Amino acid sequence: MGMLSLGALHYWLVACLLLIGLHSMLAQRNLLKKLMAMNIMQVAVIVFFIALAAKTGGTVPIDTPSIKQVDAYINPLPHALMLTAIVVGVSTTGVALALLIRLYRRYGTLEEPEVLAQLMESA
Amino acid sequence: MKTPFGSLLLDAACRLMVPFILLFALYVVAHGHDSPGGGFQGGTILAATMILMRMVHGQEHLWGLHRLSALRLACAGIALYAGIGLLSVLWQGQYLDYGVLPLPVSTARAHALGILGIEIGVVMAVAGVFVLMFDALTAWGEDD
Amino acid sequence: MTAHVPALLVVLPLLAAVLVPLLALRSVPLAQLIAMLSVGGVILGAGLALRRVLIHGTWHYALGGWAPPWGIEYVIDPLAAGMALLISSMALPALLYAGPVVAAWSAGQVGAFYSLFLLLVTGLLGMVVTGDVFNLYVFLEISSLAAYALLATGGIRAVVATFRYLLIGTIAATFYLLGVGYLYAITGTLNMADLTAQLATLHTSSAFVVAVAFLAIGLAIKAALFPLHAWLPDVYTYAPAPVSGFIAAVMAKVSVYALLRLLVFVLRAEGAAGQALLLLHWAAVVAVLAGALLALAQQDLRRMLAYSSVGQMATIVLGITLGTPAALLGALLHMLNHAVMKGCLFLALGGVQWRTGQVQLADFVGMGQRMPLTMAAFGVAAASMIGLPPTAGFFSKWYLLTGALEAQDWLAVLVLVGSSVLSLIYFFRVLEVAYFRQPGVQALQRELPWRMLTPMVVLATLVVLLGVWNQVIVTQVLQYALPHGVAWPRT
Repeated sequence: MGMLSLGALHYWLVACLLLIGLHSMLAQRNLLKKLMAMNIMQVAVIVFFIALAAKTGGTVPIDTPSIKQVDAYINPLPHALMLTAIVVGVSTTGVALALLIRLYRRYGTLEEPEVLAQLMESA
Repeated sequence: MKTPFGSLLLDAACRLMVPFILLFALYVVAHGHDSPGGGFQGGTILAATMILMRMVHGQEHLWGLHRLSALRLACAGIALYAGIGLLSVLWQGQYLDYGVLPLPVSTARAHALGILGIEIGVVMAVAGVFVLMFDALTAWGEDD
Repeated sequence: MTAHVPALLVVLPLLAAVLVPLLALRSVPLAQLIAMLSVGGVILGAGLALRRVLIHGTWHYALGGWAPPWGIEYVIDPLAAGMALLISSMALPALLYAGPVVAAWSAGQVGAFYSLFLLLVTGLLGMVVTGDVFNLYVFLEISSLAAYALLATGGIRAVVATFRYLLIGTIAATFYLLGVGYLYAITGTLNMADLTAQLATLHTSSAFVVAVAFLAIGLAIKAALFPLHAWLPDVYTYAPAPVSGFIAAVMAKVSVYALLRLLVFVLRAEGAAGQALLLLHWAAVVAVLAGALLALAQQDLRRMLAYSSVGQMATIVLGITLGTPAALLGALLHMLNHAVMKGCLFLALGGVQWRTGQVQLADFVGMGQRMPLTMAAFGVAAASMIGLPPTAGFFSKWYLLTGALEAQDWLAVLVLVGSSVLSLIYFFRVLEVAYFRQPGVQALQRELPWRMLTPMVVLATLVVLLGVWNQVIVTQVLQYALPHGVAWPRT
């Protein structure tokens, strides 16, 4: 049963991080904590891809003249893909922080219930 | 930042570290083709030095990268990236096909140089954007 | 140069997006002109691509000279070319319309607005022309980030709505990425054509089921399919008018296009992908009715249009999941028609709000006299949404109903007819208040500036023309956009 073997440990880690991130995004009341939970969720996907790239006995994908076979290197493609995903995550966090700063300047709080209450009042 | 940290200890540490971080950033960019590195990573490290200078010294040490210049840098970086691709089109290759660029080196080397050019564009864009983001997020008194 | 159109379709607005913020600091009209010229160039390129693929078949363009499946490939088939033409054609009126709206802003802000708009167009165009699933994720995020920034310019309530949209949209994109990861794990490739080939033997694998689940849920959130639609009404309500006019017209549709491309063209509706289509079918049936009912309950007209959009997106998904040729043609035709109709409606409503500040139904009394051309455009688009011949909406609903009858899906027929009746009610009451009730005080007639009127009038005319020419569109273009050889699951 592959699910309980040691090799599947990283997939359990991915599942835990994904669920922590998802749950916190929905359950936390502070908007900044929701944002941080979003980052945790993105990290989960990044770890998933990196885990796909690993090979038993493989070495880092840097071109070394002494290693002749291509199979001896781990798969570099998911690493390259995840660089892009990290940049996307950073950009999203940047946009979200800009939005949060505007919210904070206007309402003085980042707790979602208070922001919504103030919105309702001003409607 | 409007109020820099500015203590003697931070100032000394900053002066020691910044040249090495800068050098490391350039190293990471230049070695992006053969080892971990490249545009995003190098640009981030470069931006880290600029943010460090801003945090420790404040407004007098912007390194000339006030908002407009950072915007120009970022736009120039993206334009460089797209421009190298268009150069390949001018020389009858596919978009971003560096092998057809008329450089006096082998095709594989031309690919490597083309990617280096692209990565420099990415460094400019990333550094410009990070500096813009930092300035925008920490400018308390200014409007958007 | 014409051999490189697939790449230039994406590069042209990107270059314009980095040029415009610097130009705007010198001369705002020049920046606006460059922005519109670049979108015009994309329209030309997309038209060229459409003509070429209708004559010669699918256009494969390998970026960087690297052959697929190792390189990233741009694949333009009639569906992709049509979507590219639709996106750019809706961007141009919105850009023209935005001129007076941003006239009061500072030069830096105007430059940023146009730049973000062009980046949004770049992202959407990239999503439709790419032939690589990870490249689709990248362009999905580019368009989403530009959209978040654009939507937040509408005031503080827009900021709250956009933050929520950001969180939900990022969940959706992360799920999509996770689905791509599972597909990569079992096939080792990211190229769409190669995925189809490799997955032919892998449909029973549990990783495939998980991949389909994540992909379908992620894209369904982006397409605002009930019950995952909750981000949409607030976002469309508080966005500035040119932004909502463009995003409501185009953005959710591109996500529906991605869903179609992945589930039908790439995964060939086999195994779990077919079951995902079934589930989407049931969700769409509920959503069509729910959208119409929720729209009926609104007094704020922008929110009414937003819920109407939810219902119409579901109609398109319903057409896709029904699977018969007529239903598919109806879905594609409705994608085209709804974009033009909804764009016209949001631009007209935004114009009324810009001029008079009123968006509640009760305040629209006598609007027909105060802003005749605007309300005329609204009226034509509303008639098309209801489905009156000879406007475009009638024909796309006709095809959808025919398809539902062919598939013998009586529930789908019922909800389609029901939602048409409901839309008749909630659109006609606007027209009744605007035209048939006299206000207590006679207000002055103040029309909108020509830059805001022209796009509306053009779109309203287009609504009628698309209806008149629907036969030509269906037989000459849409028929070639249909997928071949895919067996749809039946309920």
